[in-house]
Amino acid sequence: MSATAESVQDRKAALKGLGTSRKRVEDARFTQGKGNYVDDIKLPDMLFGDFVRSQYAHARVKSIDTTAAMELPGVVAVLTAKELEPLNLHWMPTLAGDKQMVLADGKVLFQGQEVAFVIAEDRYIAADAVDLVKVEYEELPVLVDPFKAELPDAPVLREDIADQKEGAHGARRHPNHIFTWEQGDKGATEAIINEAEVVAEEMVYYHRTHPCPMETCGSVASMDKVNGKLTLWGTFQAPHVVRTVASLLSGIAEHNIRVVSPDIGGGFGNKVGVYPGYVCSIVASIVTGKPVKWVEDRMENLSATAFARDYWMKGKIAATSEGKILGLWCHTTADHGAFDACADPTKYPAGFMNICTGSYDIPTAYLAVDGIYTNKAPGGVAYRCSFRVTEAAYFIERMIEVLAIKLNMDAAELRAKNFIRKDQFPYQSALGWEYDSGDYHTAWDKALEAVGYKKLREEQAQQVEDFKAGKTRKLMGIGLCHFTEIVGAGPVKNCDILGMGMFDSCEIRIHPTGSALARLGTISQGQGHATTFAQILATEIGISADEITIEEGDTDTAPYGLGTYGSRSTPVAGAATAMAGRKIRAKAQMIAAYLLEVHDNDIEWEVDRFVVKGAPERFKTMKEIAYASYNQAIPGVEPGLEAVSYYDPPNMTYPFGAYVCVMDIDVDTGVSDIRQFYALDDCGTRINPMIIEGQVHGGLTEALAIALGQEIAYDELGNIKTGTLMDFFIPTSWETPNYQTDFTETPSPHHPIGAKGVGESPNVGGVPAFSNAINDAFRAFGLTHTHMPHDHWRVWKTANDLGLHG
Amino acid sequence: MITGSFDYHQPGTLQEAVALLAKLGDGARVLAGGHSLIPTMKLRLAMPEHLIDLQAVRELKKIQVTGAEVCIGAMTTQAELIASDELHRAAPIVRETSLQIADPQVRYLGTIGGNVANGDPGNDMPALMQCLDATFVLSGPDGERSVQAREFYEAAYFTARDDLEILTEIRFAATSGGYAYEKQKRKIGDYATAAAAVLLGKGADGSCEQASIALTNLADTPLYCEAASAQLVENGLTEPSVDAAVASAMSQIDPVDDNRGPAEFKRHVAAIILRRAIQQAWARA
Ligand SMILES: Cc1cc2nc3c(=O)[nH]c(=O)nc-3n(C[C@H](O)[C@H](O)[C@H](O)COP(=O)(O)OP(=O)(O)OC[C@H]3O[C@@H](n4cnc5c(N)ncnc54)[C@H](O)[C@@H]3O)c2cc1C
Repeated sequence: MSATAESVQDRKAALKGLGTSRKRVEDARFTQGKGNYVDDIKLPDMLFGDFVRSQYAHARVKSIDTTAAMELPGVVAVLTAKELEPLNLHWMPTLAGDKQMVLADGKVLFQGQEVAFVIAEDRYIAADAVDLVKVEYEELPVLVDPFKAELPDAPVLREDIADQKEGAHGARRHPNHIFTWEQGDKGATEAIINEAEVVAEEMVYYHRTHPCPMETCGSVASMDKVNGKLTLWGTFQAPHVVRTVASLLSGIAEHNIRVVSPDIGGGFGNKVGVYPGYVCSIVASIVTGKPVKWVEDRMENLSATAFARDYWMKGKIAATSEGKILGLWCHTTADHGAFDACADPTKYPAGFMNICTGSYDIPTAYLAVDGIYTNKAPGGVAYRCSFRVTEAAYFIERMIEVLAIKLNMDAAELRAKNFIRKDQFPYQSALGWEYDSGDYHTAWDKALEAVGYKKLREEQAQQVEDFKAGKTRKLMGIGLCHFTEIVGAGPVKNCDILGMGMFDSCEIRIHPTGSALARLGTISQGQGHATTFAQILATEIGISADEITIEEGDTDTAPYGLGTYGSRSTPVAGAATAMAGRKIRAKAQMIAAYLLEVHDNDIEWEVDRFVVKGAPERFKTMKEIAYASYNQAIPGVEPGLEAVSYYDPPNMTYPFGAYVCVMDIDVDTGVSDIRQFYALDDCGTRINPMIIEGQVHGGLTEALAIALGQEIAYDELGNIKTGTLMDFFIPTSWETPNYQTDFTETPSPHHPIGAKGVGESPNVGGVPAFSNAINDAFRAFGLTHTHMPHDHWRVWKTANDLGLHG
Repeated sequence: MITGSFDYHQPGTLQEAVALLAKLGDGARVLAGGHSLIPTMKLRLAMPEHLIDLQAVRELKKIQVTGAEVCIGAMTTQAELIASDELHRAAPIVRETSLQIADPQVRYLGTIGGNVANGDPGNDMPALMQCLDATFVLSGPDGERSVQAREFYEAAYFTARDDLEILTEIRFAATSGGYAYEKQKRKIGDYATAAAAVLLGKGADGSCEQASIALTNLADTPLYCEAASAQLVENGLTEPSVDAAVASAMSQIDPVDDNRGPAEFKRHVAAIILRRAIQQAWARA
């Protein structure tokens, strides 16, 4: 008996399924430089494209002279809006229902905007030719401050839609106004705020930043004029959507387009959108009949393809004098830049900002978001977050701290007092979401216990005394955060992008010898899908993860799916994988019963086989079943063992976590030093603990970057000030602290395996934890809030403004 | 981020290199580690027609310590400066400074000659060299000459070096006493928000026998703080004396607003960093 029990354990371990810290199968090729990225694609006769970009933030384009460029040997063509117009490709639709210039059509609206596309025999000639294109500009007044967009003297940016009173998301009240999005109960919320015993108010700015993946964006388009087929390789987080959009835009039938996302060197939302470079490489290939490659450089990436955040969130939070929160009010001014190119589900122009009630049971709430045009790059992408969840989490986690100050209460205690209780799930939030599951108090207590919270506060109080007594010039900050995410978009009934429902898919083939191939509609950019999806499947179908190949990213082979962003792969495609696996198992059960000569109901699943109930020595392994499925005539059962699942999730998933950051701050120099960072994540069922830990480390490091310095800044003329990695902060191992990771496990009740997704949690929860630590350090000296990024000089300024420099 | 086109030359001796530079003239630039020059070329802020790579000029790669005299070849990399125990014994401030430059990858290629010849006020070596009172040896069509580091820097990217000269060697006396190079920066790979190089000699009676202070990135050239140094020698390391030295050094600085912060912030940080460098050097003296 014990021998069998042991062998069940052994067989289970051999599968390397759910819960195994299986090594990443991708890493063998990545660590040997054998990855295959877009820029590795080399085709015969391939040409190279490069952009002439605007140096002005707002200017009229008077003329473009391409003569000198065309005369340079090796230059094949120069495209301007004039060449694209007959194809109706000088503008393109954005994912947010707006449109964007592919190449400057009469004017430019941000520095770095694409003006002309030079096509040459090699990229060096292309770069030289860019310098030879002469563009004559007439400068226009520049609008960089969204709060000045509707002043009487504000320049009108989008003359193309200046008279349109109705936008993609309702009424527009001004030519520079894009939309107003309202959620919740305005009247009731304002009434509560007017009457409450305590109201805390703050303007919380989440500054503009950029996902800045290691690999920049690029594409290779190859139009085969003989068979009419277009192949497009590119840095696409959603290759299937790109195929559909490319078909709709170009008029090429969808079956004649093949889109391939090869290895992708990080996406973080930067590679969801459609960029002028993609369109130009396609047009250039159609025009020249040759493959055309376009790959942007780092400065182009930072200044033109996507930005993230840039939300001015004005908040009011009402509570009783005991600290029970009664209502939350938020008005956000969203700086969208020159075109509204946010990658949000269509019905959510401000993404899931309405998750801003966070982890708290707030009975009444109201949110309004105004989208505004400015002379900055378009984007508004979800930088390692699910559609503005990170803005929402930052907002509420700052507001809680501000309220704690107002109440003169401990911020950890205030949180615990207001958490949604375990027994309240599924929980209906005031702003319209149904939280699936959670156990916030348990996670919170565990976190506070792990860091020795009480002791830390005592130490901090002592340090404040010492500082006041002139014994030290350092202060200590304790940054708390309890975040709740909303990920896994999403139910087709309310989630679509450009009309395409946000389901996802998995297709499985079991080979006769019992190994398998599974293809998904998603695409890994470093998340380790080839490792983890095989693990989900291993547990479902009893074939070792090592014998399952995962493929994604080629639209000719993979099933249609909406791609990878917003932590949706595990919640949606992961669910499809489990469901397809269950279809395989259901068929396998019929085959096994036939082979074992018993009724279907007389056998049961055990790790990797079907066993006759009560007769453990009689069984058929999945491998045996697979072989039989192809090679044995089974009455009433089709040959083969394959399954497809298109999964439309019934709800989003709601991962959560409790983070604590302890920082020491040098008041005289503004330098902060992270002493400790504790991160507890609850992502439901854990598929691969090692990968979770890796994702948490990576996400926290991005969060650290954002909170402490990473920004896209413009001067008053709209010049980008942080366009290189000298000024745009990417932490090295030196700036990265040790992270202490931990977990609780509260499965999602509606997901087939209970998994919620984790890739983005650390960015969402990390930013408030770091920022709260900085803010908290100065609480004893009267600070309520100071804006990110908390780089040296801003921290120094905070101290200086508080009079701490004597 | 693609450079303009240029011709590449790789002379094998200093003589050849000097002759090439003389022949090619204005359109030519010397290439050392390339970690200042090539980024500038990629931004097309510099578009030399010729690059004369000094990589193969073996005679420019050396670290010699002879008695109390240190001589470093221009093509010695920052990594080599860090690795040399002999140099560390002779002048430990060099390793301390080099370790605060950029990151290991940059330091494997970046050279001391390129760093001091570049003329970028952000470079760390120029202030160090002024602190050490180093001598730069230049070789040109008219032969060899020497310029003191304290006389070398005229304005950002303008130095006493003639366009047709190659910097070949850096010489300075071995140090004794306490030393410190303090640098505030935003991250690894960043130039200084403010940095200070300090050498202090302590007498048996606790007096300050010798002092040398220089600052990085606080004006359009490195700053040798002669008066501040003299102040410490005269009045020792008492609190009022250090205050006076710092105040004197601060009267020399002229920082500019940039992404590291406004000048006001840099002034404050510069004083803090200098004070810390003085304290550290004195503690080690
Ligand atoms: C990411 C990054 C971070 C950095 N951070 C720092 C830092 O923190 N501190 C710091 O000091 N530096 C920093 N640097 C610069 C680095 O130290 C450079 O290597 C150094 O400034 C120049 O040395 P080089 O050998 O690379 O010179 P090159 O780039 O080859 O040359 C620089 C200039 O000097 C001239 N030149 C070079 N050698 C000679 C010679 N022998 N005679 C005459 N002229 C010559 C060249 O013509 C050119 O004009 C950084 C560089 C990078 C890329």
